[in-house]
Amino acid sequence: MSVTNFRYVASLGLCLLATSAFAETPGGIQDSFAQAARASSPTFSGFSTSRGERLFQSTHGGEWSCASCHTRDPRDVGAHAKTGKTIKALAPGANPQRFTSSSKVEKWFKRNCNDVLGRECTAQEKGDVLTYLMSLGK
Amino acid sequence: MRFVLKTVMVLGLAGFALTAGAGEKRYTASNAKWQAECSSCHIAYPPQLLPAVSWQRILGGLDRHFGTDASMEAKATEEIGAFLAANAARGKRAQRAGNQIRITETPWFRHEHDEVAPAVWKSPKVKSAANCAACHLGAESGDYSEHNVRMPR
Repeated sequence: MSVTNFRYVASLGLCLLATSAFAETPGGIQDSFAQAARASSPTFSGFSTSRGERLFQSTHGGEWSCASCHTRDPRDVGAHAKTGKTIKALAPGANPQRFTSSSKVEKWFKRNCNDVLGRECTAQEKGDVLTYLMSLGK
Repeated sequence: MRFVLKTVMVLGLAGFALTAGAGEKRYTASNAKWQAECSSCHIAYPPQLLPAVSWQRILGGLDRHFGTDASMEAKATEEIGAFLAANAARGKRAQRAGNQIRITETPWFRHEHDEVAPAVWKSPKVKSAANCAACHLGAESGDYSEHNVRMPR
């Protein structure tokens, strides 16, 4: 192996190491969902904006959808379905604070998937929803 | 006309004025975690409004919290639990509340709000009796004093 090749491989390795920590950004959190989805299903073939939108907008046979609180357009300011408290826009394009803390993201997916679907969401589902939200722009 | 309007307004406010009950109306105890977590979905209700046993019950059932999942990491639950216990209602107010988990159903709350007309509770601006800030303008900072009350119309 030539020195150049070695350097290339070494820096590629460093890059991979860096991304395995996953930056606290919407893109980094999306990557971590992809890694988890791949680990749980060998047939994982990426995330889908339309699947994410469907999951977000439908009630899944229950009382609420994600849109019940976050509105049909997640770039808009929402309101809590029970308390009426204002909820800032969810789409990261409209609210740059969103999806910048993976612990917060996990906390809310757990709670809200339980409320809407009656169970926790899979990494595939979380990634689909995030991909939909990221597709919305400002 | 202005005089009439003012009179009507004053009468309206007086009609809905809260009784001045005993006890403090300003709650200053605070904790950053409590504030951040509890105010995500509603006002962070002052710990003094329920006895420690009630807060314990609430924290023990956060995954089914009044119809929604409000579960937290164990570390956050622990810190908030300690803060609530240290500042919880004591004495007569605590005794009368038993282990009630709905603040609005404690004898103290009912007594304090017994002059609020039913129409006020049903106003879309209030939505629910849990929405303190609909009338208590300083609720977010713990100020529940009488002069800071405005009934929505």
